[in-house]
Amino acid sequence: MDALRERVADTLLPPVVALLVALVAGDVLILSVGQSPVEVYALLLRGTWGNAYGFGQVLYKTTTLICTGLCVSVGLRAGLFNIGGEGQLAAGGFAAALAGLALPASTPAPLGILVCTAAAVIAGGITGWVPGVLRARFGAHEVITTIMLNFIILALLNWAISSADGGALRVPETLHTRAIRAGALPRFGDLIPAFHGSAANLSLLIALIAAAAAWWYFFRTRAGYDLRAVGLQPDAAEYGGVNVGAVWVRAMTISAALAGLGGINFVLGYKHYYEDGFATGAGFLGIAVALVGRNTPLGVGLASLFFATLSQGGLAINALVPKTMVDVLQGVVILAVAASAPEVRRVLRRRKRIATA
Amino acid sequence: MNAERGSGVGTGDSADAHGQSPSPSAVVSMYGIEKRFGAVQANRGASLEVAAGEIHALVGENGAGKSTLMHILSGLLAPDAGTVRVDGTTVTGWSTSDAIRAGVGMVHQHFMLVPTLTIADNVVLGREPRRGMAMDVARAQRDVTEVATRYGFSIDARRRVGDLSVGEAQRVEILKALFRGAQILILDEPTAVLSPPEVQELWRVLRALRDGGGTIILITHKLDEVIEISDRITVMRHGQTVARMDTPTATPADIARAMVGRDVLLTVGHPSSGAGRVHGPEASVRSAAPRLTVVDLEVAGAHHERRVHGVSFTVAGGEIVGIAGVEGNGQTELVEAIAGLRAARAGRILLGGRDITTLPVRDRASLGLAHVPEDRHRRGLVLDYSVADNLILGRQHAFVSHLGLDRARIAQNARARIEQFDIRPTDPSLPARALSGGNQQKIVVAREMGGEFTVLLAAQPTRGVDVGAIEFIHAQLRASRDAGKAILLVSAELSEVLALADRVGVMSGGRLVALLSRDAATMDVLGLWMTGAAPPAAGAA
Repeated sequence: MDALRERVADTLLPPVVALLVALVAGDVLILSVGQSPVEVYALLLRGTWGNAYGFGQVLYKTTTLICTGLCVSVGLRAGLFNIGGEGQLAAGGFAAALAGLALPASTPAPLGILVCTAAAVIAGGITGWVPGVLRARFGAHEVITTIMLNFIILALLNWAISSADGGALRVPETLHTRAIRAGALPRFGDLIPAFHGSAANLSLLIALIAAAAAWWYFFRTRAGYDLRAVGLQPDAAEYGGVNVGAVWVRAMTISAALAGLGGINFVLGYKHYYEDGFATGAGFLGIAVALVGRNTPLGVGLASLFFATLSQGGLAINALVPKTMVDVLQGVVILAVAASAPEVRRVLRRRKRIATA
Repeated sequence: MNAERGSGVGTGDSADAHGQSPSPSAVVSMYGIEKRFGAVQANRGASLEVAAGEIHALVGENGAGKSTLMHILSGLLAPDAGTVRVDGTTVTGWSTSDAIRAGVGMVHQHFMLVPTLTIADNVVLGREPRRGMAMDVARAQRDVTEVATRYGFSIDARRRVGDLSVGEAQRVEILKALFRGAQILILDEPTAVLSPPEVQELWRVLRALRDGGGTIILITHKLDEVIEISDRITVMRHGQTVARMDTPTATPADIARAMVGRDVLLTVGHPSSGAGRVHGPEASVRSAAPRLTVVDLEVAGAHHERRVHGVSFTVAGGEIVGIAGVEGNGQTELVEAIAGLRAARAGRILLGGRDITTLPVRDRASLGLAHVPEDRHRRGLVLDYSVADNLILGRQHAFVSHLGLDRARIAQNARARIEQFDIRPTDPSLPARALSGGNQQKIVVAREMGGEFTVLLAAQPTRGVDVGAIEFIHAQLRASRDAGKAILLVSAELSEVLALADRVGVMSGGRLVALLSRDAATMDVLGLWMTGAAPPAAGAA
């Protein structure tokens, strides 16, 4: 009974507290620019959930965030902090575009989608495998290596897209590739007319399948058992015959592969080409998504929806308040969640345990 | 010996403090204390009365709420309900700094000392004498030496704490409390890390303090200590105060009964009474060929220093080889090297004739090596995993179907082990963190001894568990031995080694300095080996 109550509190308290704090902070900000909070929030909701186009845009942004959020949560479950989502996401998108350019236009759609998606996942995975190996072999901390890899990957891609003179890859005078010949995913607008014009596409379905697969992996497989044990107590995992280093490598690879998967949302689903900086910030926002989502796949899905709503809503309310207000709100949510998250409270509890041991 | 009750003392529930007013002479009186941590009610109406100038033993099983009660007294925790009085003043819910100012000092199980600083520096830390901008080092040393002399400590205040033995470090902790003017000194399981001679030295210090008018509260679960050192006893069980006794009229059986709530077979704490104990099973059970062979083993510590040096021994099926020694003399590294958690720098380890020196943990386990690790909180359990999930740790590969973990078999395994090893509460979905220390250890023991194994490494198998669980775990170890298993028992409790082992080794300074037959291994001989001083006529077996 009490254990259940504590578990529920552990799960729900941080997001609820974060939301309330963000609401209050938002009110203060809105009032400070002389607008009515009720009006602004109403506009925000109208511009996002109030019409099919806005909702489609929310779903589009949700898709990328699910992937980067899962990326961070797989890492955290293994006790690793993968903050290389930005670079991993970009690498996935670029690889999907390359695959789509390399395939002949006559490729059957399912095969094209499969090959391009696999390219995104593999490219992402490689960018995570490297810091995983560096951590397991040489003890190089993944926070340092992944953030450094962000710069390296983004710089390499920028170079590839801006200096390659081969007309096969890039469109002159732009920072994007030519359109892919195969692998394009249908948009929701193609299927449901109301969504017309919005970027939402079938990648969402793939991201949801990835989230379900992540849940299964965490809680229903032996590898997931090992991975969570490593995250909670590496010494106990080692005692239980788990090769801790191998789990680190595996977790980093899967984590980054999920971020890479997010690249298909823009490339295969929306613009059909890779563009420099196509999802700037989505990789880092994945950290907030994972924290607010309490590291569970369901929570990551809901948190993605929330942050996507905020982000799209920022555009909607731009007429009344500066849209940077939404960035401030995001920051407040992240701070509030970080302060009330069980990961943080576990550290506090450990201190209390020492006191009561 | 378990029959009669202590005469003239309040045993049993009559000592419950409901409505009882504190006696005026008590320097500490706590009553009606309630404290809850999440799902765990650590104190439920607990009470304690301590008179000035006595050594008061606070005893009880692990998880009985002793430490919680003392943390409330020392200001680390605030009670949910109840009253705390010190020197007649109500101080309920005070802070640690209030407590220190009022002369209540606590010496924790884990020392809180800075190893790179000197004794004097550590003692004055937080209230350093100053000269201008700088600390007055000379005066600190003078002050500390002065206080040490007053209380009869022989200590060189200029020595670095990192160079001290465990017993000396503990005396520095006590000195630290005294330096801050402690009149009431609380010691939490102070003998856990001490060798027998160091324990005697501690008793000498405590008696001197008491005779000088100080009041000492000693948290312990070792009955022989209670009898030897205390003046009065308070027994706790399940968060309540269940008995108060005067030590001269209390018997170990009385105390044990009050702690556990039923009669207990007392082998622990009475190593000298060998009556009814059978050393070694029938000859037919003991295997001729050794099941575990260790040859010239060298193991390095975290900083490449040599922790195990040239250790060789064998364990046959059907015997328990006990390794005694003061903690930190290479036992941990020895066990971890055999288990595969630490690399051997040289030497060989054979399991049933097969060389396992370089095999990973998992392969050793599948060859029949079971391991009860010394630290269940760090190694033996994933505390946030359920009891059921913890019961497959190390054997998770055996619990998979084609779709992943076989939840049905995991649940079945949990039900069987929980019943067989009497793990409480019986809900397999509770996180291991929520169970008491004794029941947590039962999870580890159930997992390691409930399955198939030929060789068991049992490191500190009863550390921090209650008397009832100790009895149970010892019975399991004997039963496995009698079933032909080979058991290596490493324990800092000499009495435990003597109660269980068929042969007794002693580790000192990373070496196996003695390996004696049970008959040759007496408390005195082992005590001498443990301190590193070889007894003159000790015969090795």
